[in-house]
Amino acid sequence: MFSRYPYAFDGGMNMMKTNKLKKHLKYFLYAATLLAVLTGTVQAAEEPKIDTGDTAWMLISTALVMLMIPAVGLFYGGMVRKKNALSTIMFSFAILALISVQWVLVGYTLSFGSDVRGIIGNLEWLGLAGVGIVPNADYAATIPALVFMMFQGMFAIITVSLITGAFVERIKFSAFLVFSLLWATLVYDPIAHWVWGAGGWLRGMGALDFAGGTVVHVSAGAAALAFAIVIGARKGFGNQPMEPHNIPMTVLGAVLLWFGWFGFNAGSALGSNGLAASAFVATNTAAAAAALTWTLLSWYHKRPSVLGTATGAVVGLVAITPASGFVTPMAAIAIGAIAAVLSYYVMLLRMKSKIDESLDVFACHGVGGTWGAIATGIFATAAVNSAGSGLIDGNPGQVVIQIIAVAATGIFSFVATFILAKIIDAAIGLRVKDEEEAVGLDVAQHAEKAYA
Amino acid sequence: MSLNMQKKLMLEVNKMKKIEAVIRPENLESVRVSLEKKGIVSMTVLEVQGRGRQKGVCLQWRAGEYCVEFLPKLRIDMVVPDDKLETAIEAITAVAKTGKNGDGKIFVYPVEEVVRVSTGERGKEAI
Repeated sequence: MFSRYPYAFDGGMNMMKTNKLKKHLKYFLYAATLLAVLTGTVQAAEEPKIDTGDTAWMLISTALVMLMIPAVGLFYGGMVRKKNALSTIMFSFAILALISVQWVLVGYTLSFGSDVRGIIGNLEWLGLAGVGIVPNADYAATIPALVFMMFQGMFAIITVSLITGAFVERIKFSAFLVFSLLWATLVYDPIAHWVWGAGGWLRGMGALDFAGGTVVHVSAGAAALAFAIVIGARKGFGNQPMEPHNIPMTVLGAVLLWFGWFGFNAGSALGSNGLAASAFVATNTAAAAAALTWTLLSWYHKRPSVLGTATGAVVGLVAITPASGFVTPMAAIAIGAIAAVLSYYVMLLRMKSKIDESLDVFACHGVGGTWGAIATGIFATAAVNSAGSGLIDGNPGQVVIQIIAVAATGIFSFVATFILAKIIDAAIGLRVKDEEEAVGLDVAQHAEKAYA
Repeated sequence: MSLNMQKKLMLEVNKMKKIEAVIRPENLESVRVSLEKKGIVSMTVLEVQGRGRQKGVCLQWRAGEYCVEFLPKLRIDMVVPDDKLETAIEAITAVAKTGKNGDGKIFVYPVEEVVRVSTGERGKEAI
């Protein structure tokens, strides 16, 4: 006789068998525990155990950071001219695809594989070999190693996508792909290892970087500046208006970045816990303080600017990134507000300098990240996180360590990017032809139009 | 009769003028109402960019500002019989004038011929 419900097919028989099995299992577990106690082995306690709450939060955080990547595309896309809107959005989307694959193939093992002289990870996890469900106690003892790997992967991807603001409206798509792949492998992966990898030299020095102020923001900002110098200014830069074509799109990007940043920073607690809550509050507070400050700055100079408020929010998020797991909400206000002022005036200086670092990746991420990293050395307090004490806790040496970390990542990223960009320029050329630049990259490089 | 004389005659007979009025975009509705009150309903509106003595305007970038040299304007194109020309000009200037730079300009040209496509009517009847 057939039943609609498969579990009832066997009548009560199955149920009885299961109960019996459970009883047996219980005895077996008692016996095993007894054996363990008797033999004195505590191995079972040391085996990393997956925490479901932590794992759930980290899966969500990973997805939140993923959302930030196309958000960078929208944020940047709104600020370019209409003829380059698709091209600019495509940069971040293409990097999401490209570096996702790079990360599982080589990126993760280069960043987090067993240490080679403090500089880089080895190739033990090439193609994710051996990276599975069992947690890696060196990094996150309560979540599957795969979750940690993917969370970190999103960081690698977004860092590369941040740089794209430097070369919008003039780069050849092929050169962009080659650069992104090489930069992720030769610049990001080593820096991530220095700061976060077990055995990395900056980690060994005691540099504090909760969610990537140096690894993500200083490195991206310095790379953007170097790349902009190598590729040169857009045609007409300085004498033709480069009008942002869709500020609502930029605002949408900024809002999605703010949203995703909760995963970025609070997720960097690597667990669903009080530290995550603290980082969450610091993140929101710093973003708000910076947005408010930028609004007032633009108002002081002219009118309360919408583009300025959106930019300010992002700069605040950048600055709180390294500090988010170490500082109080009051410190977060100071960090955000000061970041906005610094970034604002560096942006004005950059415009005067005639360097066409088009979307000010350096002024936002380089300056915000530098200030945030140093501010971590100032405001970190053991009251928030026992892992970090800064100047206000009577540990001025932390500020020095932070400055070394910023200088090391910034200088390495700048120099390596400069050389990399020069080599790619010599090999295949970085720029599109002048007439293609005039027509716009959407039609010239993609044979598509953003707005028909 | 020479071609030139034919043309001259036609202009005399038809006695129509084309008005191109460049106005501030925000004044379109009030200009439309003002013209309609004088019985002028037919017009074509174009979105244009332009500049006059005031030149461009500076807007805000993320920090600092950038300047655009051309401003968005609307241009109203219409054809009126000669006897309505002054009425039309007055109707437009009465509401489009703020007295500041950027109020726009009105250009007037003679018209040779008008054809209403639906009926084939010509001249003033077709306006």
